[in-house]
Amino acid sequence: MKRIRYNLYTMTGNTSVTLSEKDVKKIATLAKLPLEEKDIPLYILQLSSILSFVSKLQDVKSDGISLRSTSQVTGLTNVFREDIIDTSRMLSQEEVLSNAHAAHEGFILVPQILAKE
Amino acid sequence: MKYTPIIGLEVHVELSTKSKMFCSCPSDYFGKKPNSQCCPVCLGLPGALPVPNKKAIEQTILFGLSVGCGIAEESKFDRKNYFYPDLPKGYQISQYDEPLAFNGTLVIARSESASDAAPLSGASPRQMAGTRNDKQIRIRRVHLEEDTGKLSHMTIGGKNVACIDFNRSGVPLMEIVSEPDFRSIDEVDQYVRKIQQIIRYLGISGADMEKGSMRIEPSISILPASPEQQRGEPISNTTNTTNIEIKLPDYRVEIKNINSFRFVRKALEYEILRQTALLESGVAIDQETRGYSETKNATVSQRGKEDAMDYRYFPEPDIPPMSFAQTQISKLKAQIGELPDQKYERFKSDYGLSDQDSRQLIETIERAEFFEKCVHSAKGLLSSKEIANYLINQKTDTKTQTPIEIIVRIQGSKTFVPVSTEIILEVIHKNLAENSKAVADFKSGKEQVKMFLFGNILKELKGQGDKKKIMELLVLKLSTS
Amino acid sequence: MNIRELTIETALKRMRAGALSATELILSALENIEKYNKIYNVLLTVVDKESLLGEAKKIETSGYDKPLAGIPIVLKDLFSTKGIRTTAGSKVLKSYVPSYDATVVKKLREAGAIVIGKANQDAFAHGSTGENSDFGSTSSAYDVKYVAGGSSSGSAVAVALGMCLASTGTDTGGSVRVPASFNNLVGLKPTYGRVSRYGIIAMASSLDSVGHMTKTVYDNALLLSVTAGIDPYDATTGLQRVPDYLASLSSLKSLKGITIGVSPEYLVVGKKVTDGMNPILEKQTEEALAVFTSLGATIKEIDLPHTKDALETYYVLCPSEVSSNLGRYDGIRYGKGRDAFGLEARRRIMIGTYALSAGYYDAYYTTAQKVRSIVCQEFEKAFESVDIVFAPVSPSPSSIVGELVDDPMSLYLSDIYTVPVNLAGLAALSLPAGFVGNLPVGIQIIGKQWSEDRLYAIASSYEKKTEWYKKGPIL
Ligand SMILES: [Mg+2]
Ligand SMILES: [Zn+2]
Repeated sequence: MKRIRYNLYTMTGNTSVTLSEKDVKKIATLAKLPLEEKDIPLYILQLSSILSFVSKLQDVKSDGISLRSTSQVTGLTNVFREDIIDTSRMLSQEEVLSNAHAAHEGFILVPQILAKE
Repeated sequence: MKYTPIIGLEVHVELSTKSKMFCSCPSDYFGKKPNSQCCPVCLGLPGALPVPNKKAIEQTILFGLSVGCGIAEESKFDRKNYFYPDLPKGYQISQYDEPLAFNGTLVIARSESASDAAPLSGASPRQMAGTRNDKQIRIRRVHLEEDTGKLSHMTIGGKNVACIDFNRSGVPLMEIVSEPDFRSIDEVDQYVRKIQQIIRYLGISGADMEKGSMRIEPSISILPASPEQQRGEPISNTTNTTNIEIKLPDYRVEIKNINSFRFVRKALEYEILRQTALLESGVAIDQETRGYSETKNATVSQRGKEDAMDYRYFPEPDIPPMSFAQTQISKLKAQIGELPDQKYERFKSDYGLSDQDSRQLIETIERAEFFEKCVHSAKGLLSSKEIANYLINQKTDTKTQTPIEIIVRIQGSKTFVPVSTEIILEVIHKNLAENSKAVADFKSGKEQVKMFLFGNILKELKGQGDKKKIMELLVLKLSTS
Repeated sequence: MNIRELTIETALKRMRAGALSATELILSALENIEKYNKIYNVLLTVVDKESLLGEAKKIETSGYDKPLAGIPIVLKDLFSTKGIRTTAGSKVLKSYVPSYDATVVKKLREAGAIVIGKANQDAFAHGSTGENSDFGSTSSAYDVKYVAGGSSSGSAVAVALGMCLASTGTDTGGSVRVPASFNNLVGLKPTYGRVSRYGIIAMASSLDSVGHMTKTVYDNALLLSVTAGIDPYDATTGLQRVPDYLASLSSLKSLKGITIGVSPEYLVVGKKVTDGMNPILEKQTEEALAVFTSLGATIKEIDLPHTKDALETYYVLCPSEVSSNLGRYDGIRYGKGRDAFGLEARRRIMIGTYALSAGYYDAYYTTAQKVRSIVCQEFEKAFESVDIVFAPVSPSPSSIVGELVDDPMSLYLSDIYTVPVNLAGLAALSLPAGFVGNLPVGIQIIGKQWSEDRLYAIASSYEKKTEWYKKGPIL
């Protein structure tokens, strides 16, 4: 069974986005994702095509639409908790450290690469 | 050439709520064993969600109201995204474009002087009278966020490692951002102390810099001083001059990691010197973030303009937005007691105190209250001025002494016309007989009655006689009658 | 006895009548796991037999009063389980063992359910086929060559193959409804905030809803009556009263008076030209619609003109939130470092990072938020004149494993019928609608927020008439 594919051309608006190598590198740095030189062309291709697709949104008439109405789609506001200590959710030091990369005397150790900053 | 420093401040204050900002772990982490005050939320474990602490929000609004801020009718939390090992979620929940409070002011004493461009000799505001009048520092915004974990460095087996304690992670943090309205280090100093005083009056934080519950990040640039200032003339005496007309420099140096008043001063002094030297030699100054190093007594570059952080703020989807009705805000406003400035004015008018005495007595709310108790207990036997003088000069410990003891001590220290013991005893006797109810009250434990009787007796004796002796005799008679 | 032949309803009936024990039920589920797990790649973690039998024994001695007493369930591997590894289908969390239970897990356990294992899924729920799992793709229970549908892939197949009687999933853009429809199940995407998200690894916080899959509508309603409600640990759970979902099942005698909205954006009735939809599927979908009319429902054409825009909106907002939600995986407190992320996670993190970054935020994120408002308003308006909206789940049935992995855009586009529901925070049920060859096809009925009881009532009538659930996989 073959999937029917959408025609990408008709799905894309007037805006076409083409990322540069520099863009991709900058995004990866911001996102703290290691990036291998050999993967960059594929990212340029895929990310550009996704961004071109979503850029079509900019053609939608949305003047005068309030942002606040969708910050919570069910309309909730003012959800707070009282200032009460609840120890039932607290974890023991041992539990806190149980998944850590490395620990020493109750502290969680930072891997060398991250510690340098 | 003389230069005027242009300084703005970000002050972070840890609020003294019982529980953390977004979870119910205890917020008092001081001295606790590492990673023992945490839960999935403040550790940023997968799947954990934040629920905001109502008290912290109210406390931030209280502070905002206390410095004349407008309170947001609609507000929200946002995510500030960046990576650092002490930030467990990869973002800090903070507030971006809808802070809880905004557009406030704080009045300090003006202390603009081009000479501040040189290291200060520790001149206090009061020594600088003549070039001073009131000055408003504009507070741009007050918002609420969460504290990070604490990163420290250790040596394990000869290796330097970084390690984290997340006990502090998620403690509510109020951030107060001023406009760049400071023109001297002295003004900065006054402002910070005043902020601290208001916070302590409100009881919303210890605001203790040494404990890290109050942290200061100044940003500073310098401008060539005005022609009048260049000539060394005092600046015009118009009150409440704002700084809007000044064209600010096109750069700004932010200074991080300062944990005491002393170091704020030192870091700014250093920066003024450094920036002055650069401008003098014709070098343009870069926008950057610098850190203060105590060991070097210098600021060190941390991050340049081109590495400026892109925090990618967006509304925190895990927390519904907030809205505050006028009635709620009024209710909170009603909770605010007398603030330092009001108390200062009232002390001057109610008790006829000098500016300086009034300022000293209102320094802490405890001290001010103690003074008023003493005045009340003295019942006109001592003037407010006498009590104020004693409290200020003797550096009285208000924790170990009662107002009555202070009154007796002041009375005792005064010179007197001698009166014979017989006459004193006669007057005491008469008074006790006339006030049998007071005597009974004393026996049932009402200590204050003693002062009431003491006052009557002194009045009858027209202020004559050894007050210490009178008190001793009164106590003796009271306990044996 | 094979658990595959049972539903929760029938299993409980038999256990309560003494004709079946919790132990027998667990043993049958374990037998199916033993037989099929390797072939279909369904469960990433199976709880050890000893402790499962221990739990079953406990239920046997205390009786079957609890609503889910002795019912074996499978959890999507996004649900934090104290002491049981929780991977999110990603190598990043390959050996992460949570120190706490998600609220839903707690509720299910308190209701007597027995967690038998953790299901495979697209890593961090990024995908609609199940092929993005770092632990290999899950196959459809109905044909091992075909994808299970995602992202709650293993959850669906586990129910269909009799490894459990129900499973949990999350639905951010169709992740419960799609695999349910590919495996002949009833899949619930509840109203945003109806079920607590606390403890469930987040994909996109403003869109994530916590659902589940069962064979029948009754089972589905029963599960929701356990999981729904306010959670003080999740500030986005709704304050709305939880209705009696089981009672609602028999609340409608027929569908007379029910108006069903059909939008040309989803289905052009009788024309077979709906943009992007496989014609074979279109026929099935129309037949399902005919069942509703035969039960008395009225069809009304409605307009949802921003449906395609909804898809674009989704692919801005979802990655934006993903880029932030995945920021915590730094390899310090738990898990591996950021180099362990798979390709799809990287793509989404990068798209989101770009959309939120200085200079692009307004063009992408702000615009998307506004269009989201428009989508919400459009549905609101539609629900003024119709009770439910009828729609396909996916533009085509399950595809062959590996067919589309290099074409992320094409996969994104196949979410067109499901994501608008998430943007508007609505409730939706995907229901079995027959087969194309051996492959199941589903349809969905969409209701306004908090209308799960209504959806169950309508679905129950439809199910009585069709009984598609009776056709199990051919193994
Ligand atoms: Mg801050
Ligand atoms: Zn906590």
